[in-house]
Amino acid sequence: MTRRRIAWQALILAGLALLGWLLVDTTASRLQERGIRSGFDFLLEPAGFALGESLLPFEASDSTLRAFAAGLLNTLRVALPGAVLAVLIGVIVGFGRLADNPLVRGLATAFVNGVRNVPLLLHLLAWYFILTDLLPAADSALPLAPGVFLSKSGLALPWWGEAGWEVPVPAGFGIDGGARLTPEYLAMLIGLSLYAAAYIAETLRGAVQALPPGQRLSALALGMTPRQAFTLVLLPQAWRAALPPVTSQLLNLFKNASLAVAIGYPDLVSVAGTSLNQTGRAIECLAVVIAVYLLLSLLAAALSHGLERRGLRGAPA
Amino acid sequence: MRLAHLRRTLFGDALNTTLSLLILAAAVLALPPLLDWAVLKARFAPDVVACEALEHAGACWGVVAEKARFILLGRYPADEAWRPLLAAGLITGSWLAAAYGGLRGRALPLALLLAPLLALPLLAGGFAGLGSVPTELWGGLPLTLLLTGAGMAGALPIGIAVAYGRRSSLPLLRGLLTAYVELARGIPLVAALFIASFLLPLFFPQGVAVDMLWRVLIAIVLFAAAYLSEIIRGGLQAFPAGQIDAASALGFSPWQTQRWIVLPQVLRNVAPSLANSAIALFKDTSLVTIVSLYELTGALGLALSGDAQWRPFYLEAWLFIAAIYWLGCALLARISRRFGQA
Repeated sequence: MTRRRIAWQALILAGLALLGWLLVDTTASRLQERGIRSGFDFLLEPAGFALGESLLPFEASDSTLRAFAAGLLNTLRVALPGAVLAVLIGVIVGFGRLADNPLVRGLATAFVNGVRNVPLLLHLLAWYFILTDLLPAADSALPLAPGVFLSKSGLALPWWGEAGWEVPVPAGFGIDGGARLTPEYLAMLIGLSLYAAAYIAETLRGAVQALPPGQRLSALALGMTPRQAFTLVLLPQAWRAALPPVTSQLLNLFKNASLAVAIGYPDLVSVAGTSLNQTGRAIECLAVVIAVYLLLSLLAAALSHGLERRGLRGAPA
Repeated sequence: MRLAHLRRTLFGDALNTTLSLLILAAAVLALPPLLDWAVLKARFAPDVVACEALEHAGACWGVVAEKARFILLGRYPADEAWRPLLAAGLITGSWLAAAYGGLRGRALPLALLLAPLLALPLLAGGFAGLGSVPTELWGGLPLTLLLTGAGMAGALPIGIAVAYGRRSSLPLLRGLLTAYVELARGIPLVAALFIASFLLPLFFPQGVAVDMLWRVLIAIVLFAAAYLSEIIRGGLQAFPAGQIDAASALGFSPWQTQRWIVLPQVLRNVAPSLANSAIALFKDTSLVTIVSLYELTGALGLALSGDAQWRPFYLEAWLFIAAIYWLGCALLARISRRFGQA
């Protein structure tokens, strides 16, 4: 029996080696035909393309490696605030789905069904269209609050500038001072967080409704009000059950940030795509993308594992 | 009694009263203008001059009539339009039969898997007097349905094989398959599509050119199979061991036990989860527009982005597409619920 197992595994290994050799061989000759060199040396050469926006100061003459770093930073810049917003909105909508009030419940249900049954890409395209086509031009920007202006060229906010705290003011054809969030960034942030929020809301609702009904009834029998029973008895237990699926939804949000390529927000995947088109080094560029995402997945798995262990050890809040 | 209950839930305490009043006020403020825009002031004829005269005070549903063929069928040759329509009808019909029809038992999954395989030659042509149509020209709704249907049909057998492989006693096989599943589940679909678009052509020997559609389909199948294999593996793990012992006591071989006892029950148990994966895949097919295949979402962009006259009415055409996706998801969700009952 053991001998047969070893024979089978040797066979698999041999097949794998053959397949690997064939792939390497054909790939090498394909690359040679097209005159594409291979290797990661291009990462240190000038990128040769500009980025629409970047936290890292970036110019076309900077290295490709820096472009990838700027892309990753752009992914994180939209995914991290997006995750926070998604949890906040998701919790509110999830509570709405569980409310006794039929109006609140109906509104939350309409939100969840409306958002979840349409592809994320369509959400992003719609937000991008609204933000770039339907809004007024920068010279007649909508004042949302003192110092906050929304227009086709994005959202202007008060922020620290070279001269300290700056409040944007309309000036001629545009708006001066403060910080600017581009329409691409806003469309990504709104689309990603609302989409993930709908899934988080459903997870929370499911987790609360999956609790045995006796829990609520005993809490009521002990003299708690319905709201106390919800916040003190049901929620702490449901939260623990919902934690793993919510983590995986937040991980999905990170992966979905790659849809940025469709509306021209320079995230990691879209930077890799541009660099791939410039240099032809498909293997290397995609290897970077895969490595980064696998690393992020591992990190998230470790984080969620740690959270779960802490949640199980600590006394219920 | 009913009214009293309603009053208590709507206006029972300060918080609920505030929320109810806010929602009612918002509805009163928002609904009349919305009705005005969508119906009362809207134009339904494909007349661009009349639509422009509205200045967005009313919807221009004419854009849907004007661009319907392009949005629904993409660049498929116009005089062959019956073929993509029939292909879309076949797949939609199999979904409708699964959701509402009398199909039961084995015929149901068979119909769901066969319909996309029949739609393929119908779209491709090149036999029995049907002119052959290159895959670059396929598009719109038939392509969306085909990628979903054929993607699931291809991913299911691979998913089953991978799920069994990961329970094998061979550590090398287990390790390899685990690596594949974790890799596929770790990367975004966009990255997988980039691999299909840029990397896969390098793997084929000289002179072998595989169309983008087939490369994308390979990527989708391998991507979805990783998720399906996890669902099926979960089903296998939850299967009661007593039944396997009972089968072997009755003289079933291990192979027969899996084939006749375990797999049919496991597939039935996880069928709702499989259908949920089909919903996810149905929505995810919209991403293939990123590698220039013009399914429903891509066809929308193709139809409007180059047309300065009609482009201002993007939102109306968008709502039309969104409604199609919404109906598709609702249909698949119904299939999922029906699988759950069976």
